Amino acid sequence: MKNFLRILFLIISIGCVSFNSYSAEKIEYLKTDWSFKGLFGKFDRGALQRGYQVYTEVCSSCHSMKYLSYRNLSEKGGPEFTVEQAKAIAASFEVKDGPNADGEMFIRPGKLSDKFVMPYENVKAAQAANGGAYPPDMSVLVKARGGGANYIYSLLQGYEDPPAGVTLDDGVYYNKFMYGNKIKMANQLSDGLVEYADGTQATIEQMSKDVTTFLMWTAEPHLEARHQMGFKVIVYLIILTILVYFSMKKIWSRIETEV
Amino acid sequence: MSDHEYVPKSKFGKWFNDRLPLLSLASHLTDYPTPKNLNYWWTFGGILTFCLITQIVTGLTLAMHYIAHADMAFESVEHIMRDVNYGWLIRYIHSNGASMFFLAVYIHIFRSLFYGSYKSPREVIWIIGIIIYLLMMAAAFMGYVLPWGQMSFWGATVITNLFSAIPLVGEGIVTWLWGGYSVDNPTLTRFFTLHYLIPFLILGLVVLHIWALHVPGNNNPVGIDVKKPSKDTVPFHPYIVIKDGFALLMFMIVFAFFIFYTPNILGHADNYIEADPLVTPAHIVPEWYLLPFYAILRSVPDKLLGVVAMLSAILILAALPWLDTSKIRSAVFRPLYKQFYWILVADVLILGYVGAMPAEGLYLLIARVATAYYFLHFLVILPVLGLKEKTLPIPLSITESVLGGSPNLATAKNKESLNN
Amino acid sequence: MSEKKTNRRDFLFTATYAVGAVGVGATVWPMIDQMNPDASVKALASTEVDVSSVSPGKTITVLWRGKPVFIRRRTEEEITEAKSVKLEDLKDPQKDEDRAKNPEWLVMLGVCTHLGCVPLDQKGDYNGWFCPCHGSHYDISGRIRKGPAPTNMEVPKYEFVNANTIKIG
Repeated sequence: MKNFLRILFLIISIGCVSFNSYSAEKIEYLKTDWSFKGLFGKFDRGALQRGYQVYTEVCSSCHSMKYLSYRNLSEKGGPEFTVEQAKAIAASFEVKDGPNADGEMFIRPGKLSDKFVMPYENVKAAQAANGGAYPPDMSVLVKARGGGANYIYSLLQGYEDPPAGVTLDDGVYYNKFMYGNKIKMANQLSDGLVEYADGTQATIEQMSKDVTTFLMWTAEPHLEARHQMGFKVIVYLIILTILVYFSMKKIWSRIETEV
Repeated sequence: MSDHEYVPKSKFGKWFNDRLPLLSLASHLTDYPTPKNLNYWWTFGGILTFCLITQIVTGLTLAMHYIAHADMAFESVEHIMRDVNYGWLIRYIHSNGASMFFLAVYIHIFRSLFYGSYKSPREVIWIIGIIIYLLMMAAAFMGYVLPWGQMSFWGATVITNLFSAIPLVGEGIVTWLWGGYSVDNPTLTRFFTLHYLIPFLILGLVVLHIWALHVPGNNNPVGIDVKKPSKDTVPFHPYIVIKDGFALLMFMIVFAFFIFYTPNILGHADNYIEADPLVTPAHIVPEWYLLPFYAILRSVPDKLLGVVAMLSAILILAALPWLDTSKIRSAVFRPLYKQFYWILVADVLILGYVGAMPAEGLYLLIARVATAYYFLHFLVILPVLGLKEKTLPIPLSITESVLGGSPNLATAKNKESLNN
Repeated sequence: MSEKKTNRRDFLFTATYAVGAVGVGATVWPMIDQMNPDASVKALASTEVDVSSVSPGKTITVLWRGKPVFIRRRTEEEITEAKSVKLEDLKDPQKDEDRAKNPEWLVMLGVCTHLGCVPLDQKGDYNGWFCPCHGSHYDISGRIRKGPAPTNMEVPKYEFVNANTIKIG
């Protein structure tokens, strides 16, 4: 038994070493109580739906979301719009399809199976429209940034006037949470920018939280299923481990030695 | 292989067994006499078998959905994560499984170092193990390239460029490895092919590893040979099977925690950005299990010598059975070696730590000292220690050590004679 | 006393085996289920077809779930012929009315029910379809008349969204 604790200790310490080594540059990000953290973490449906609204009304004019489909909006573990709502959302977008029987491309209303419509045709077009900076695709953005959800949440609220001595080029803005503090995206959020259907006050903080929750979901659409399954699996493994432990004791009791 | 004749009970069994002795093999495996004093550090062999099979099964299923093409690889991984039934689960098992595999293999290797399992007559087992370890690193590296994220791409660029250090033919070899003038689609497709192949090579080598093990039998914590099989050993089944199973379940709990609650913590965020040949990430870091060797590479200021140092650090292990001159296997009876052993463990952990840090200033200095010590340990300390060290008296038999019998005069004498 | 001990041991081992077997089963399932159609494939379950340009006596073939669907606008004579066939002459008796709700339009999966080849249009002994792989003859209602195929060509779920558009699936 003593050996075990030693093994466990070793595993944990190696885990900690490797974990720490990756968070080498430590910036204190703003924190908030994310509903999706923890062993039983789930998404806050309201926040996801509001976050979707912020994404569509604010972010989506520049940032694509190319790995998501409209059908995802009604899937379990997501914003859980009804299928009818999701169909209506999809139909409100114009999708290029084709070629038809005449060999021509045509525009039709979106369907559930369509991918999210992209703001630009391609990366070059996106760069050209944004002063050379490509607004990154947002599908997995939370996972693609070291600070994760806290980083995105902080960044959206991190705009400030540059401190004395820092000069900014045209189209570059100061953000205290950005790597190197210089960011090519202007501050997008202002109080009351969107009007939430559920009556929630659209403060900058609230919108940041909602849209970050939404982005966490787009990056990890199966997070809820993962947490639920994880709990079951670990409980199961513990039960089986206990059974095997006593079976082992029984079997080894035939030998006059200690395990 | 088996030291006792097995005769199947049924007539058909006998008929079949005479033609293909599978039943004899099964009987050998179940009855295989195992030292009864094996501790939990010995359970990692079974755990590693589990890891290999898990990686192969999840890898095969992922390969059914993955597309090895530079334009589609990243997207196909997202497709697996989003749309494929249980795709997220299978991929997280596979990606974290690689880390768990290395965690287990490091414990397995350091167990061998502590108890001297590499010494005569087990040198061949040890060398096969080193080859397996090398293949594991190759498989892991190529697997990490497949999602075609930023770290995949730049990791592949940096590692393949190591070969350019070879004088005269280096550049040619790198171009050949790439199948072009940079890491690109041809590189990806060949890496996928090799990533698919290597696990089966490993599987074959594991069979040889176990075969070679079953010739002399297991080493054990006291490091002395089995004297009386009836007293010193237990049959593999059920005693060792159930113990390995118990340890495996503990291991799986840790594994499950990573998969379900922190699936991305051992990876790097940049690998969720699609590969871009125009932008290098601010910080190129290999996966944690390669960090010590990465630190050795960077600690040498010369390109060629850095690569040589890194390769030597691994290959020197193959010479270990001859570098370690001590006749006593287990560190339990080698008080000085035991201390050096733990210093080596610390040294490797330090190398791993500085490998993740920027190669500058104090970190670089630490990396150089640690690298020097690593080679000092194997090339100087071990050979000298074996000749100079005053070892403790070893017990007469495994049973005696298990029963806690105090070392008597006879064992002390035995010891002396071994030393002289 | 020793008997009691044995029972308890047996129970413990049985329980361990049983719980372990449940775990193995639960682990195997995701590895099997990953081969089932994924969410993106399921989402493409229906397709809409514009049939305004199909003239009587013509068939168009569209792709639905990776299989061809024949959409034929039948002529008056063809409809009469299809309806006149006696049920007892059929290998897989089915009325034409049950196969084509709107008799002018026949919509069916263009897959031979023998071994999955695509039958040829306007061929065979019954002026319907003929499968070149193993020689199955279908009539103008897509019913099997001669050859190895066991059943009529399958009619998928479909509906007219409007006069010109058929939604399949």
